[in-house]
Amino acid sequence: MALDKLLGENSVIFTKSEQLFDAARANSLWYLSYGIACCAIEGLMSAGGPKFDYDRFGIFHRGSPRQADVMIVAGTVNKKMAHALRKLYDQMPEPKWVIAMGACACTGGPFREYPNVVLGVDKIVPVDVYVPGCPPRPESMQYGFMQLQDKIRNRRKEMAREQRSA
Amino acid sequence: MTPEELSQARITPEGEAPAIVLPKGLRRVPRGVDELATEHLIVNMGPQHPSTHGVLHILLELDGEEIIAAEASLGYLHRGIEKLAEHRRYSAVGTLLDRADYISGIHTELALAQATEQLMGIEVPEKAQWLRSLFSEIVRIASHLIAIGTYGMDIGAMAPFLYIMREREALLSVLESVTGARMMFNYVRPGGVLRDLTPEAEPLLRQFLKTFPGYLEEYHTLLTGNEIFQARVKGVGVIDRATAIAFGMSGPPLRASGFGWDVRKERPYAAYEQLRFDVPVGESGDCWDRYLVRMEEMRIAAELIEQCLDGMPEGDVMAKVPKVLKPPAGEAYSAVESPRGEVGIHLVSDGTDTPYRVHLRAPSLMNLAVVDEVMPGHKIADSVAIIGSLDIVLGEIDR
Repeated sequence: MALDKLLGENSVIFTKSEQLFDAARANSLWYLSYGIACCAIEGLMSAGGPKFDYDRFGIFHRGSPRQADVMIVAGTVNKKMAHALRKLYDQMPEPKWVIAMGACACTGGPFREYPNVVLGVDKIVPVDVYVPGCPPRPESMQYGFMQLQDKIRNRRKEMAREQRSA
Repeated sequence: MTPEELSQARITPEGEAPAIVLPKGLRRVPRGVDELATEHLIVNMGPQHPSTHGVLHILLELDGEEIIAAEASLGYLHRGIEKLAEHRRYSAVGTLLDRADYISGIHTELALAQATEQLMGIEVPEKAQWLRSLFSEIVRIASHLIAIGTYGMDIGAMAPFLYIMREREALLSVLESVTGARMMFNYVRPGGVLRDLTPEAEPLLRQFLKTFPGYLEEYHTLLTGNEIFQARVKGVGVIDRATAIAFGMSGPPLRASGFGWDVRKERPYAAYEQLRFDVPVGESGDCWDRYLVRMEEMRIAAELIEQCLDGMPEGDVMAKVPKVLKPPAGEAYSAVESPRGEVGIHLVSDGTDTPYRVHLRAPSLMNLAVVDEVMPGHKIADSVAIIGSLDIVLGEIDR
């Protein structure tokens, strides 16, 4: 998809190698299959199933954090789980991204009054895309992934813009 | 205690009452070296493991490939559902309980609604009872489909998962058209149900019922007839009848052990008294039997859906209940048969508009407790087969 736009009618393109890598990265986002709660059924299983089909975006699940590019935090994170979540994030190789799926991962959701619940997973790991909903529909997750792809493709531009403004 | 001794301890002489054998010899520390000088290894399985069905954490003590002791560590999904329910109005507690057993939320809702109705003495319209049975069975199929599909994935068969998701989506579209949600329904309310079947729901269900027997055959071809699958599950994780009863198990794992206890039959609720159905019972209580009981239950549930659609009476779907429910002080217990077993709600009211105490009897917790007893003596790869066959939901266990 990204390469189509880059190539156009000519067969020769001039680009930075980093930009080319980013285009490739955006189209093969392997997520860590780490379902915590309800959202895992919708975001990892239904969305990975035949109707919604993550595979056509190049999104596929990996069992090991060392092979994963993106972590979908699908569910309520409590204080016992927080350590494990951070450990898994640290084990993922760079560059890595995090999608906070559902109300619980975004803010604590319906359980935020309970003292054991972490009020949003961004307290533990940096989050790139928030997908609200309880649970979000698989379509919402796909939209979230598309937002993440845009973010990855435009990463260099954003960094250059930040440098200019700084 | 060696695995041989453990298996000996479980055998009870014929004619005597089944002895309750508690799991013994579980220790978190390595036992050092025995006379053969092999070191025992402690392995953390989970909380992130693709085959633990959520955030289950099991400590395995291994001697080479063999499991010596296993201990489940819980609490990774503890989010205070029972405590938060004490600060919600009765009509809002169902929203929380949906998220306890998130694969089959409707059964927990139903248990809560029945307990509230018991306290308040509400008479539920007949049509609402039939709709409750209908949706219980739809969700039962949807839940068993996930159990079977992920079980195939655990054992190493990827394909069944893709097929079960096709049927699950068909059921979810029915659920969505009636309840408005794919998973978190909040459909069963104290006094009845939220709304009647929508015009498009019945044709969708009829279409599903027409195609489902053929699809079931497909699963049988993919999994039941698969020799590798059979080799992985036959004779693995045998839970005998006495152990299953002693641990308070219920649902398909109990029935696979040869004890035909089903709340729908023993203490009929909703419209189950008017429905005709059989309860499948296994023989040996191994993973294979648990798998087959689920497959059979799906077939029976499809028949029940047809009976519900055919026999659906006319009338209201909601009794006349006040907007703010204030049950008189007292307590009530109500149990329903969820895909995982007997899910019960013990509700204590103090006369205010919020419950004094809501206790959830989670069948997954009792079904999981048995792994400490069953796993020792198996190879490490069998642990995945055993956990998958119990079909636990961690949201319900930790709640």
